[in-house]
Amino acid sequence: MTPITVLISVDSNSILLGAREFANYMKDLIKEFNLDPIVTVLETVSLGSYNGVVIHVLPDDVYYSVKSKEQVRKIVEEHLLKGRQVWDLMVNKELIRPAEKFEVKEVRIVTRNIGVIDPRNIEEYIARDGYFALSKALQMKPDEVIEEIKKSGLRGRGGAGFPTGLKWEFTAKAKADQKYIVCNADEGEPGTFKDRLIMEGDPHTVIEGMIIAGYAVGATKGYIYIRGEYYNSVENLRKAIQDAYEYGFLGENILGSGFSFDLTVRLGAGAYICGEETALLESIEGKSGRPRLKPPYPPQVGLFGKPTVINNVETIANVPQIILNGADWYKSIGTPNSPGTKVFCLVGDVNRRGMVELPMGVTVRQVLYGFGGGVRGGRELKMVQTGGLAGTFIGLDKLDTPLDYDSMKNHGVSLGSGVILAIDDSHCVVDIALNVMEFFRHESCGKCTPCREGTRIACEILERMTKFEGTAEDLDYLRKIAEVTADTSFCGLGQSINVPLLSLIDNFREEFLEHIEKTCRANVCKAVLKKPKVQTK
Amino acid sequence: MAVCETHKELYKELDEFIEKVKDKPGILIAVLHKAQEIFGWLPQEVQEYIAEKLGLPVSEVHGVVTFYNFFATKPKGKNQIKICLGTACYVKGADRVMERFLEELGVQAEEVTPDGLFSVHPVRCLGACSMAPVVLVGEKDFYGKVTPDMVSKIIAAYRRGGRNE
Ligand SMILES: Cc1cc2nc3c(=O)[nH]c(=O)nc-3n(C[C@H](O)[C@H](O)[C@H](O)COP(=O)(O)O)c2cc1C
Ligand code: SF4
Ligand code: FES
Repeated sequence: MTPITVLISVDSNSILLGAREFANYMKDLIKEFNLDPIVTVLETVSLGSYNGVVIHVLPDDVYYSVKSKEQVRKIVEEHLLKGRQVWDLMVNKELIRPAEKFEVKEVRIVTRNIGVIDPRNIEEYIARDGYFALSKALQMKPDEVIEEIKKSGLRGRGGAGFPTGLKWEFTAKAKADQKYIVCNADEGEPGTFKDRLIMEGDPHTVIEGMIIAGYAVGATKGYIYIRGEYYNSVENLRKAIQDAYEYGFLGENILGSGFSFDLTVRLGAGAYICGEETALLESIEGKSGRPRLKPPYPPQVGLFGKPTVINNVETIANVPQIILNGADWYKSIGTPNSPGTKVFCLVGDVNRRGMVELPMGVTVRQVLYGFGGGVRGGRELKMVQTGGLAGTFIGLDKLDTPLDYDSMKNHGVSLGSGVILAIDDSHCVVDIALNVMEFFRHESCGKCTPCREGTRIACEILERMTKFEGTAEDLDYLRKIAEVTADTSFCGLGQSINVPLLSLIDNFREEFLEHIEKTCRANVCKAVLKKPKVQTK
Repeated sequence: MAVCETHKELYKELDEFIEKVKDKPGILIAVLHKAQEIFGWLPQEVQEYIAEKLGLPVSEVHGVVTFYNFFATKPKGKNQIKICLGTACYVKGADRVMERFLEELGVQAEEVTPDGLFSVHPVRCLGACSMAPVVLVGEKDFYGKVTPDMVSKIIAAYRRGGRNE
């Protein structure tokens, strides 16, 4: 009999629907029926868009969507055991993978292995050119590696867009007995889950990228600082690191090159501010995560006082492919100033939510309608927040803005971490503003007064407005608070609260004024008198 | 404090972990993670114990514990119900889900039910935003697209012992 392979989608969405249990249950059943010599069950990451957990049976090329263990059992008993396809659970391939109908084509660089390989199997990664880039890099001189990354134009995907090659060069040039590579996997931006899916779906790409970075700048030790809440990512990374050691990609004298590199996972403990690079370093050092004064910047004085490269997960995941295919290939994708792709997370009131990798320069509308299938349930789109919580809120007039590192400067639309949050007309602008500011207030580390007090005052004003107690002076004061806080705060958290606040006030001023007149067009505000506060301590 | 037998066991487990890692730089947070995993929360005695073992001032340990949301200085319910109030969940009605949980269990946020079974915690983004609104029970049981009507069912499942029972 021909061997059968069953792929089960175990990405974060599917896990929510019970994919882990389904996979284990299926494996048990297969043993029970003595099917194990011919059936292999593989857990992969996302197989596409769906209602239930997607299961793909090969070589029959049949897709199922399952929602219960009974349905899993049915597939095993009918399809795998008796060879009869289960029609009522089958889903149309076209519906699962609507990529063909997509207006802008997906370009998968950092997500290329996600859903394709078993993330817990290093051999599948190697089979897809895994660790080839490392071997190629080790045959280059370190400064040639840096040169290639510089030439590619790769910029930091963690939000700030700093040129990665330059950052590496600074670190390489700093003189020290020890240097470090740190991967920022503290993804805490509400709406963002791309780093998580990359680490869960293709952990070796991140590891390979970090080793290459280490070789390029002369660092022999790396840390992945990851959110403690990301259980699956941590599990997959730890397993991947262990395997990489066994295969000789980590440890002493990697692939006989004389270069050695060690990698450790460190867990965060639930503080958004630890995503800020210097706070993150404090946290790895075992301290409270309060930002440091800059300069000196981490490439000069970083972890334990040593030169350190800090890069986002997505940035690092680009590195192996650039080394493998060359800077010119990379530059042929995206826009001249922002080469390559961006992984977008589309959330909120759209028909299809999820993650998609697209060339830099796609428009908000293309993501929203091309990938997202438009607004849910026949409502009207009201606004979109791009870039994360510290990003801009835009109205419908700006939907055709191309997204790249210049869109903030040129159009007032931020790219940030790549979140696109669609908000329909059932929501109130002032209420959303309050939710955003409560987040900042809660996550303010309290080190400096402008941020600690500014976020508190902004919340108080907005809360008054949602209770229809705000005045015209309040609105002016809110503006001022946003500006002063941004100008005088110590780190990027406080410095960026003006972006969401001012874009809300400027683009939706009318709705703020209506609240002063005691009306809320979305009918939200009279109902929110007792709102739970985001207060966890 | 008289250390009872079960506590002795727990301290022993913690000791073993500390022995393994104590020479690594900046290890305090990892030790606290482990301690919370063992004890469920971080009582003052445990913090003092860790401080002594690692040769750090108690004030420093306490400072770190209170800085991070993840570390608990009060006991939590057996089943911690974490409700994401991140923006993506908020626009999908997470606040109404939160209210329903508090109502059904008759507690305030962060408070433990008298039977010790539940506590409700508003949290920030759980990184599962495409399934908003998201509720996480314990560390691994995710519920997506939660509506207030689902709340009593979720609670009932844990009264019976867990998600799949
Ligand atoms: C408040 C705050 C939170 C941040 N959170 C993250 C984060 O979760 N992940 C991340 O990669 N960068 C985050 N950053 C940006 C980092 O400070 C840093 O710029 C980034 O890790 C550099 O990597 P890159 O050059 O690869 O983007 C944050 C910055 C600030 C000010
Ligand atoms: S700006 Fe806010 S988060 Fe940053 S150091 Fe000041 S108080 Fe802390
Ligand atoms: S905002 Fe709720 S999971 Fe991300």
